[in-house]
Amino acid sequence: MANLSNTFSKVRIAFISGGIVWGLLITYLVHSFEFAWYVAFFDGSICTVLLGAACWLINNNLRYYQPGKDSYINLLFWCLALTAAATFGARWLLPFVVNNTAYTNFLIKSITIRFFTNFLAIGWMALISMIWYSQLDQKENEKRKVEAEKLARDAELYNLRQQLQPHFLFNSLNSINALIGFKPDEARKMIHQLSDFLRGTLKKDDQQQVTLTDELSHLQLYLDIEKVRFGHRLKTEISCDDKCETAILPPMILQPIVENAIKFGLYDTTESVTVSIRSEIEDGYLTITIQNPYDPKTARPRKGTGFGLSGVQRRLYLLFARTDLVETYADDNIFTTIIKIPQL
Amino acid sequence: MKRVLVIDDEPLARMVVLEYLQDFKDQLEVLQECGDGFEGLKAIQLHNPDLIFLDVQMPKINGFEMLELVENAPSVIFTTAFDEYAIKAFETHAVDYLLKPFTKDRFNKAVEKFLSQAPATQPVKQTENLLAAASQSPAQHERIVVKTGTKVKIIPVNDVEYLEADDDYVSVHTAEGSFLKNKTMSFFEQTLDPSQFVRVHRSYILKVQNITRIDPYEKDAHIAILKSGAKIPVSKTGYVKLKQVLGI
Repeated sequence: MANLSNTFSKVRIAFISGGIVWGLLITYLVHSFEFAWYVAFFDGSICTVLLGAACWLINNNLRYYQPGKDSYINLLFWCLALTAAATFGARWLLPFVVNNTAYTNFLIKSITIRFFTNFLAIGWMALISMIWYSQLDQKENEKRKVEAEKLARDAELYNLRQQLQPHFLFNSLNSINALIGFKPDEARKMIHQLSDFLRGTLKKDDQQQVTLTDELSHLQLYLDIEKVRFGHRLKTEISCDDKCETAILPPMILQPIVENAIKFGLYDTTESVTVSIRSEIEDGYLTITIQNPYDPKTARPRKGTGFGLSGVQRRLYLLFARTDLVETYADDNIFTTIIKIPQL
Repeated sequence: MKRVLVIDDEPLARMVVLEYLQDFKDQLEVLQECGDGFEGLKAIQLHNPDLIFLDVQMPKINGFEMLELVENAPSVIFTTAFDEYAIKAFETHAVDYLLKPFTKDRFNKAVEKFLSQAPATQPVKQTENLLAAASQSPAQHERIVVKTGTKVKIIPVNDVEYLEADDDYVSVHTAEGSFLKNKTMSFFEQTLDPSQFVRVHRSYILKVQNITRIDPYEKDAHIAILKSGAKIPVSKTGYVKLKQVLGI
């Protein structure tokens, strides 16, 4: 940024010194037609100031408005109008300052050449500005594109890691390993649950919304596996109105929240844990409430898992452009997460 | 006959270990299975076992935190699913570690490694080194687990007001009182967040946020007054460090 403003001030200096040289040239030229130095100087400075103002105007105009391919003709008219204003402005102003008939005649005779010189200068300014600003725009665009790509890559990586969930996966495999020995039927059942769950996570397309019934049945697979792992310690209560069954929501949006709830429930207390999931539909919103017990005194700062929650928040923001769709409350050893999904 | 404990919060995971241990019936005796770190701690104190199989991720206190509270640590074989930091610690200092799910062969190898260990091997020293290495894991820096009498107290690092050296221990001062932890001052100096905790004196580390005033005291020395009213001496070098952190 400092770099950019630096270039801008350099441009300004160049612009002003260009103007001074231009004014001196006109002064010299007018003097060579045998007018007094002071007359020539007035002519030079007034013409240059007006031309400078016209150039500044066209430049400023192009900074905020880049003409499309079809409107170059407009730019030409702009240049002509500004040239006319600068030239005839000088023609009108100068006789007030220099009261000299010979000079006035000279002014009138030279008006055509003045007009064309001014037009060339202004046209040149317009061209330079257009190239300069479109280049700046392009740079900005490229930067934004790179940033967007980086964000997308990060999100993809995070998604991949989420899908893999190494802890969950390896522990589940370990439980299956234990079951194979003495409860082969249950081991087989758990393998099927695990593969159904993994298949479900892999095929989800973020853009496609799913019904609550689908989402809950996928969640149920996950919960069943966790129940095998943790035995009697984990209980779940899922309640869902008939009306909610067809409500739609982004796929896998509940997964990270329920994962959080289980993790905090199971690792914050040593007793058995009930995770409850309730859903209802109200005023065009599907509201899902997830509750788990926790211990406010010993809970680790919600750093690591906060990422899961903030990921949900971010996804909902990207989909619905709203930041108020996730709420959390912690009271009386119960942690509550509420998410709202607008039903379109 | 060596005596063994199995500590894991997942019943099926304990079952695998017990099943695999059947082959070593003549050399190893399983005393008890424990479902969390508290039970594990009690059982270790009660039985003083030779070897424990220990999971890392468990309710309330994790495997490392439990080991920190044990006075004469036994030899440890870790059983864990996935923890990149912990694995580094295991590689160098545990008897062995088993990544779940593990095969019978791999399990046998770990147990044989324990059995063939020279009797002179000091499990206490080995476990201390292990804990020092495991403390590199960021998860270990968020709270301090201490023992008060028979109870275990978990202190979130945010609740710590200041730390004071106390012979071989460090006294952890909080709003609820102070607790002894068998660690060194330099351990805490290295593991606590240096932007929050400053060692202002050979015997004191304080939390910068808790300072209300710093007064000069004798020549070169200062005294920091905390919100709780506690007065902490600040040495000359401690004052330099403190000024750096506070940006003055």
